[in-house]
Amino acid sequence: MTPIQILGVLFLLFALSRVILRWRSHRLALSELVLWVFVFGGILTVVLVPSLSAWLARLFGIGRGADLVIYGSIVLLFYLVFRIYVQLENIEYKLTTLVREIALVQSTDSSENKPDHTDASGTAPSGDDTAGSQP
Amino acid sequence: MPGSNWELFRYCHNLMNSSETFRNKLTVVIPAHNEQAMVGAVVREVICQLDGLELAGFASEVLVVDDGSRDATFQEARRAGACVLRHVINCGLGAAIGTGFQAALRRGATIVVTLDADGQHDPRDIPQLIAPILNDTADVVIGSRLLAQAAQAIGMPLDRRLINWGANMITWLLFGAWTTDSQSGLRALNRRALEQIHIKTNRMEVASEIIAETSRLRLRLAEVPIAAVYTDYSLQKGQTNANSLPVLFKLLLRKLR
Repeated sequence: MTPIQILGVLFLLFALSRVILRWRSHRLALSELVLWVFVFGGILTVVLVPSLSAWLARLFGIGRGADLVIYGSIVLLFYLVFRIYVQLENIEYKLTTLVREIALVQSTDSSENKPDHTDASGTAPSGDDTAGSQP
Repeated sequence: MPGSNWELFRYCHNLMNSSETFRNKLTVVIPAHNEQAMVGAVVREVICQLDGLELAGFASEVLVVDDGSRDATFQEARRAGACVLRHVINCGLGAAIGTGFQAALRRGATIVVTLDADGQHDPRDIPQLIAPILNDTADVVIGSRLLAQAAQAIGMPLDRRLINWGANMITWLLFGAWTTDSQSGLRALNRRALEQIHIKTNRMEVASEIIAETSRLRLRLAEVPIAAVYTDYSLQKGQTNANSLPVLFKLLLRKLR
């Protein structure tokens, strides 16, 4: 085993242990566990058996094993960035909902203290009062 | 007693009148972000216009949504007589309009008009703008800066005109609704549209989104010509040429989602 392989294996085992620990403490959904075990496990297999990448590359019609790894990584990165983007959008949406709700609640609190610009609603009760006080 | 009958008549008349006015409540929603210089004047001008409408049996209200401004927008708007809602952080134009719509719904609005806080819209256009809604010929009305007169005549710069045309084209391609001014900030919606349209985008995409929702929900869309004032101030604010690409990207993503 070459030094880079040993380093790679150690890092990947560390990463896998993190993933599994996070799943066991319920901070990672099962689908995410599967995704990350698949990703890190796959890389681990290729690191341990480099000839596998060459074989896979031939299977896909790509010249070298290293090329396949790079292509695969780029596709994976794009996918992960997309996922983060979608999650970010969701968080932004939730944040907006929260900010909106605070604004609406605050406005109903303050509108009781200060009458706003509704002349019609202002005249209606006063007309009511004069009619009621006369008899 | 004839006197008490007369009082009863006045009482009933008042009641009927008040229910009449409540049937039509016009709420003007003004999203504002760091607009302390203009927002007060805009609010006062709008209120002035609304007073005229109130004589015609409308209840009305000006609702400013302060989108996390760092200046005195909140105080200025309130001093000018508007009801002001405050976002504790800046969320974007779309979010502010969404909040305005929600608040208007809860406060019983039957017609909502949105208007930019930078003073580029003339509140005198409001009666024209809501006319198609009052005639029940439209659910959503866009105030178009480019409908009647040539864009040159209103002083819209050439780059703005090109971007505007591109935005109209994209709105049409993506959402199947053609308008001559898809990015206009002056629009009117009736309650039916208000209840159905849900704004999901947070920023400038909101203009196209409202049109997209209108066509998706098969609501009736109309355009009326409006005046627009392009001052140096209003050109600095609002959409910059550079942010049109991110807006396009967001619209594409929204279509995919």
